Amino acid sequence: MTTHSTERTYDEAAIEAAPDLPIIRIIRDFHATPAQLMRAHSDPEIFLRWVGPNAVNARIDHWDFRSLGSYRYLCEHDGVDHAFRGTFPEVGEDRIVQTFSYEGMPEAIALETMWFEDLGDGRTRLHAQSLCDSLEGRDGMLSSGMDTGVHEGYAKLDQMIADGAL
Amino acid sequence: MADQLSRVFAALSDPTRRDIVARLTGGDATVGDLAAPYDVSLQAVSKHLKVLEDAGLVTRSREAQRRPVHLEAEVFDLMTKWIERYRQQAEERYRLLDDVLAEMNEDHREDPTQEGTAS
Repeated sequence: MTTHSTERTYDEAAIEAAPDLPIIRIIRDFHATPAQLMRAHSDPEIFLRWVGPNAVNARIDHWDFRSLGSYRYLCEHDGVDHAFRGTFPEVGEDRIVQTFSYEGMPEAIALETMWFEDLGDGRTRLHAQSLCDSLEGRDGMLSSGMDTGVHEGYAKLDQMIADGAL
Repeated sequence: MADQLSRVFAALSDPTRRDIVARLTGGDATVGDLAAPYDVSLQAVSKHLKVLEDAGLVTRSREAQRRPVHLEAEVFDLMTKWIERYRQQAEERYRLLDDVLAEMNEDHREDPTQEGTAS
């Protein structure tokens, strides 16, 4: 199997979180076309199949995938529903711009851009960028893990604090 | 909890403070040592150190007269862990998406595809 020698591939998700900008960037390659990735993001039934890890029971409350549309979905974790919602300012052929917020912190709205770059060999590179409302909001998103692992994350941090690691 | 992380990120949002931290990875240093390469006063460097100290990134010995500044590497580890955990969660989702996309490929196998085009 050969790869383009000069170009890095992203078979695993790569992340970038600049210290001085409230941004999280993720890059990941998929064996799929941009159209397929678009479908995986736009079709609510398909979206539900990968939005959370197996342990998370997700369901759609509202889904209007188009420019100026909106969405709301719920993830059940340990018997508690967590709702996420936003609007779609722009839906293009290979690009989705959406707002994203956790209803527990409705004022902390992130602007997310997903762009599907055709690599030309049956693979597509997903570029996802989350622009948060503040550095604190970004750090909250990083530290909470958003829709998953909130409790286990805090439990782990509690443990680290208890251990004096902080 | 997230406050700690926010303070760390905020402390590192300044290029001079990032540079100070980078230099402390080589070992403890006094305020004078740290101020030497910069065209700023000791007082200004002390201010930067105060921010780093409040974020828990550095500590200063109370006993020794030189009061060397020490980098607390564990705090860095914490930040790196948060980011890595977030990355892993994204990767977990994308592996599920891999499976979904693989199924899509099977479903559309009857469609004419563009496999084996120019290289």
